[in-house]
This record gives sequence, structure tokens and C-alpha cells, in this order.
Amino acid sequence: MFWRETYIVFRRQLRMALRNPAWVIIGLVQPILYLCLFGPLLEPLAGTLGAENAYTLFVPGLLVQLGLFGALFAGFGLIAEWRAGVIEAERVTPASRTALLLGRILRDVLQLFVQGLVLIGLAFLFGLTGSLPGMALGLVLTVLLGAACAAASNALALTTKSEDVMAPVINSVALPVLLLSGILLPMTIGPQWLQVVSDFMPTKYIVNAIRELFTGDFWTITTMWGVLWTLVLFAAGLWVGTRTFRRENA
Amino acid sequence: MIHARGLARTFEGRGRGKAQEEVKAVAGVDIDLAEGEIVGFLGPNGAGKTTTLRMLTTLLKPTAGSATVAGFDVATQSQQVRRSIGYVSQSGSTSPEARAGEEVVDHGMLYGISQKQAESRGRELFEQLDLEGLWERKPQAMSGGQRRRLDTAMGLVHDPTLVFLDEPTTGLDPQARANLWTHISDLRTRRGATIFLTTHYLDEADALCDRILVIDHGSIVASDTPDALKRQVAGDLVSLVVADASKAAAAAELLGRIADTEVEVTGAQAGAAVSARVRGAGHEVAGLIRGLDAAGIDLESIEVRRPTLDDVFLDLTGRSLREQGA
Ligand SMILES: Nc1ncnc2c1ncn2[C@@H]1O[C@H](COP(=O)(O)OP(=O)(O)OP(=O)(O)O)[C@@H](O)[C@H]1O
Ligand SMILES: [Mg+2]
Repeated sequence: MFWRETYIVFRRQLRMALRNPAWVIIGLVQPILYLCLFGPLLEPLAGTLGAENAYTLFVPGLLVQLGLFGALFAGFGLIAEWRAGVIEAERVTPASRTALLLGRILRDVLQLFVQGLVLIGLAFLFGLTGSLPGMALGLVLTVLLGAACAAASNALALTTKSEDVMAPVINSVALPVLLLSGILLPMTIGPQWLQVVSDFMPTKYIVNAIRELFTGDFWTITTMWGVLWTLVLFAAGLWVGTRTFRRENA
Repeated sequence: MIHARGLARTFEGRGRGKAQEEVKAVAGVDIDLAEGEIVGFLGPNGAGKTTTLRMLTTLLKPTAGSATVAGFDVATQSQQVRRSIGYVSQSGSTSPEARAGEEVVDHGMLYGISQKQAESRGRELFEQLDLEGLWERKPQAMSGGQRRRLDTAMGLVHDPTLVFLDEPTTGLDPQARANLWTHISDLRTRRGATIFLTTHYLDEADALCDRILVIDHGSIVASDTPDALKRQVAGDLVSLVVADASKAAAAAELLGRIADTEVEVTGAQAGAAVSARVRGAGHEVAGLIRGLDAAGIDLESIEVRRPTLDDVFLDLTGRSLREQGA
């Protein structure tokens, strides 16, 4: 029952998204733009950053960025649906509240997965080298992180029910995360104090872990921390999300 | 099918500073619906109709009181309640960018019916509700009345035997309204459904409902059959317009002899209106006209109006519903 309900919600979301050409095109162009417009800037820097290959350094950061940003904004769609009465209509059915959330998250996760594949695939053309299983694992971490963010974003949307409240909240979360996670440049090139501050960013460990995975280092402390943080964020995101969706009168 | 006792809901006002105002949307209502009944829920804007319905359909937790719906407690057995009911909300239920038919099918499937079943029942409902040819249409490209009927189809696609309809006919043209009435009474006669609907339209409640609950300021102020409620109002309204205003007093005196209420005289100039309520006016009015004639009082018009639910409403709440409907 639960999976059937999840599937119904997921199928509905995906169907509507795929019919929206803007959603499809922007989703695919985003990773391409990053790779084409930002990658060349990094190439000459790779040596100074201590990497053999600029894209092995750069692509993991982009993956996490896609995961964070795409998914954090997922909640805006939910507010529109709530306004149209869709959420209430779904909540009056016997369907599991968790399924209503999960079906939506799965769509965002699928989007992220496809974007990630496009990004990695394209990066090969630019000269990405590394471990394929590592990349696959990195993509999995990205997707789990994205699921956590999508769940949190949906929960926030259902709680605030207002784009005007949500946008500043998300921006004030996303900006420091983006700057302090070493997404575009590794934190190790920064001054001491910046590195200390960034030590409190779970996403930094995830970016670092994906970087190591890309180079084929599976069993390092760094990857362990990254995997751990991903799982913690994933569990926390889903917990907050389901709690909000289950709450009566949400 | 529905039993509510002392059902109440208070909203925390989002007052600024210390002005934490509370809104008592529903102040403890008792509601009983037997199987197969069609009951109308009537009340002015903000009376608490939607809030009551949202509590009965498990969308809102009551702050006090209890209710069982289809034999299940709304607070502790919400899952079973949801399985047993259909709900058409006041404010829409479909995404503007989705396709109408798919919304209906998905909604039915969330109730556990198969895709095939949902599709055939959905198409049947589209036909019955005059939505033919709109299966593929997006709600954003539908008229307001079409969207309203789509909401009704959404709420009925899984063939519920207990249906809550929150102002189902708002925004419908008279023909569509009459069509929906037929559909609603058919649900009862063909499928034995029990129906609880809110409306502002008195003629609607009159035509459709076995029983009417009138709610005002969160409390139920009347509960009876439309006829019994109308009987509460003392008699038919007889209004005379007297051609010569100076004779209004004499006309009022004559009307006063048969009237059951005080005679009201309005408009001192030409065409003064004299009115009062008279029990069984059909029987009395002939004598009144003879009397007026004998006294040499010319009438511009005479009107006898049977009491409407609007009069009942005015009586009960001190407010008229007339401007909103009927
Ligand atoms: N979520 C809410 N928060 C605060 N107050 C609310 C909320 N929902 C309803 N109210 C208030 O509760 C009262 C009853 O509202 P309700 O929607 O039940 O009225 P109604 O009878 O359905 O009116 P209408 O005919 O306009 O649909 C109103 O005063 C309304 O302002
Ligand atoms: Mg209402």
C-alpha cells in the first residue's frame, strides 16, 4: 500500500515536471553551464590546489552544489500545490502522509540523479579521470544529501506556507553552506580561521569524501566521515519531513 | 453516520504583541446524521461551516469535544474515517497545470481503487457533471464553474457512501446547479449515500435537504426540516402599496385585524407600503381586499409571500442571507 501510494504521488509529480519544458531544460543546462563556464577557470589552478586533475576536484563540488540547491528549492512547488488545495485533497485520502512526502522527494532525487549523470558524463569529455565505482558512490551520497534537503525544504514549505518567509530562510542557509563547504575551492587553501569555521559544516566532509571517492580512495577516514554525515543528514531530513507531514493541521 | 458532541475549534489569533486574540471558529456543536440523510449546513460567512467540516473529515483537530464519522472516532481512527468518506473542499483540489482527468484518477487511486476503476468512474462523472471533453484540459484553462464541478468529481471518484460537500454549487450557473442537485439526490437514491453539504443558498437547502442545520458564530441555532423551520415564522408576508399615502393608516388598521404581527408602515409619500405577517393569508386576503375597497382605499399592488428560509434565517440570526443567494 505504502509503496503504491508513494508511486502514485511520484508519478503525478514527474508527469507534471516532464510536461514543463522549462523544468527539463534548466535542469539539464545547469550542470553543463557550470562545467563549461567555470571548469576552464579551474584548470590552470589544479596544480596549486594539489590535484592532478582539475575535474576530479571540481566535479564532486558541483555534485554537492546541485544536490543542495536543486533540492532546497523543492519546497516552493509544494507551497503552490498547497495554495491550490492539492495538499488538503491528498490529506483527506487514507494515503500515508509519509508517502505524500516521499513521492515528492523521489522526483527531486530522480532529477538530481539524472543531472549528476549528465555532469559526470560530460566531465569525461573535459578530461575527468578517476575511479568509476568511486564516482557511482559519490553520486549515491549526492542523491542522499539531496533527498535530505528536499525533505527539509518540503517541511519548511508546509510549516511556513509562504514563499516570502521561505526564500530568505533558504538563502541564509544555502549561502554559508556553499561558501564554507569547499564546494568550488577546497577549504585547505584558506586561512586557519576559515578552516576552523568550515570544520562545523557537515557538507564539507561530504564534499571531501566525494573527492576522495572520485580518486578511488574508499577506505579513508575522510570518506568514512563523509558517509557518516550523509547518513545523519539523510535521517534527520526524512525525520523532520515525515514529522511535519504527519502533523495534523500542517 | 455522523455523531458529534460539543465539537469545538479555537484558532490562536496571530495578534501582534500581547494582543493574542483567540478566534472561536466553532463553539461546541452537536451534529447527528442518520444513514441516507441529506443534511444542509447553513450559515453566513465565517459562521464556522468549513471549520466544522474540516474537523469531521480529520483535516483539523478539534480543540474540544468528540465526533464519530461512519462509526469511527475522528481523533483516534482517522485512517478509517478517511477511508469511509468523500470530501469536496470549498477552495479547490487540483493543480492548475495538471490535467483534469489525471488528477481525478490519481485521487481515486490514493483511495485504493485501481487505475481502471478510477478512470471509468471518473469519465462517468465527467459526463454526468457536464465536463465532457475536458478530460485532458488543464484546470487553469477551465472556467470557474467547470473547476468547481471538477472538484466535485474528485470528491466522488471513489464512490464514497458518506460525502461532505463544502459549497459545491458556488459559482455554478442555475442550470449546472440544478444538474448538481439531481446528481446529489441520485447519490442517495441510487447508492444510499449520506450527504452533508454547506451552502449559502436557501433555495438549495430547501430543494435538496431533508434537514437543515443553521450555524451562526460557531453555534448551531436551529436544526429541523425546511418546512418546520418555515412554520416557525409566523405566517405569510402580506404587503400592500397604497396609492394615496394619507390612507395608509386606515389600510394599516384593516390589515391589523387579520395580522399576526405588528403592522409596519414605510414610505410616507405617494406609494406608502403597509405590511404584516398573516397566518393562512391565502384565505384571509380576499376579505381584506373587499374591506379596503369598501373603505375607498386604492392599492398600487398587493403581494403575498410565503415564508422562505431567508425569513427563518433573519429571525434566527438577525441577519439576512438574501444578498448572497436565493
Ligand atoms: N486557519 C485559521 N486561522 C485563524 N482563524 C481561522 C482559520 N480558519 C478559519 N478561521 C476563522 O474561523 C471562523 C470560521 O471560519 P469558517 O471557514 O469555518 O467559516 P465558514 O462558515 O465556512 O464561512 P464561509 O461561508 O465564508 O465559507 C472565521 O471567523 C474565520 O476567520
Ligand atoms: Mg466555508
